[in-house]
Amino acid sequence: MRAASSAAFCARLLRRQLVLGLRRPVEIGNPLLFFAMVIALFPLGLGPAPDTLAAFAPGILWIVALLSNLLTSEGVFRGDFEDGSLEQLLLAPQPLYFSVLAYVLAQWLLTGFLLGLLSPLFALMLGLEPAAIPALAGSLLLGTAVLSLVGGIGAALTVGLRRGGMLISLLILPFYMPVLIFGSGAVQAALAGAPAAPYLAILGAMLCMAVALAPLAIAAGLRISADT
Amino acid sequence: MRAYAAPGGALLEAEGLSLERGGRQLFSGIDLQVGPGELVQIEGANGAGKTSLLRILAGLSRYGYSGRVSRHAPQLFLGHHSAVKGLLSPRENLAWHIAGEAEFSAGEIDQALAAVGLYGYEDVPSHALSAGQHRRVNLARLYLSRAPLWLLDEPFTAIDRSGVAELEAHLALHLAAGGSVLLTSHQLVAVPYPLLRLDLATGLLQ
Repeated sequence: MRAASSAAFCARLLRRQLVLGLRRPVEIGNPLLFFAMVIALFPLGLGPAPDTLAAFAPGILWIVALLSNLLTSEGVFRGDFEDGSLEQLLLAPQPLYFSVLAYVLAQWLLTGFLLGLLSPLFALMLGLEPAAIPALAGSLLLGTAVLSLVGGIGAALTVGLRRGGMLISLLILPFYMPVLIFGSGAVQAALAGAPAAPYLAILGAMLCMAVALAPLAIAAGLRISADT
Repeated sequence: MRAYAAPGGALLEAEGLSLERGGRQLFSGIDLQVGPGELVQIEGANGAGKTSLLRILAGLSRYGYSGRVSRHAPQLFLGHHSAVKGLLSPRENLAWHIAGEAEFSAGEIDQALAAVGLYGYEDVPSHALSAGQHRRVNLARLYLSRAPLWLLDEPFTAIDRSGVAELEAHLALHLAAGGSVLLTSHQLVAVPYPLLRLDLATGLLQ
């Protein structure tokens, strides 16, 4: 058997996952809608005074982004586990490391990437200073990629469990914290007039580390989960 | 007809496989060698561990058993679940198949789908297909694959009588070309080819 080259296989997987995602647009729209709804809750809870809202906006936007990522990362491997695709992936001759990376990339493109692109709109809803918007979008784009990779580890470990939703939150929320700290830090720095670049650089470093290490953990988690 | 480069010896070897699940010994001391052109049916009652054995042989189960498995050739594993995505058409399911085999041309895929009786269904979303047709999309992989070693878990489930006959004929072709097949089935397998039976209860291959 002439196996497909690893790069070609990854491209094929990415395309497959994106087509699957796009054929179910509700699944793409839901996290964004969730984001918008929760953002709309804050003025109701905190009071509509623009100053208070603007002061809380960096933290609010980042926490909601984190929760919306948590909601979607649970399902990355679920469908494939249930219909047997996952065992086929595990038996594929290509290295699982890259296949898993393609999966997470597809998930990020359909969630974090879109969220990052739409975040200026949500920021304006909370009255965030326009000067801080580039830092917000940049930190969300970098940060959600880290979140997707870390979330993938939780998803891989809990995919075999019937109700893994709560467990995955407990498993991976602690690992989300550094991303939250530096992500909202970047926006706050931009608000204070300080450069946001150092924060973004740290997020970039986290992303590099996550790209290097998370696929190993995801691959191991999937092997364990499929071993029933 | 395809022919496989003759490898020196067995495509699949297993030595002293034993598995215990939930305090019950499912099987023990299974020795198995599957060479080119050999057809082996794994037999046993429900819960005897047929699927477990097949998953161990495929390399999906990696812990919890004792013994040694070595595979010397690329394999094709068809499990209980069809791995067919409802949102993709049969053609897309095969073209982007997740098992990482070679790129297949559109012509090869159409031919394989026609061979399993899905001519005209190539571009229908798979969720609109019946359960048996779902299985057939999966079985189309047998017409595309160039892997010599096939591990099939209940390949005849939900397939109609003529489909079973065609599949059996195809298995015989594969075996004649030097491939080997390991399968589990509750049905009487009528492949026109010498059949070895592995009884899980006794561990004997005959």
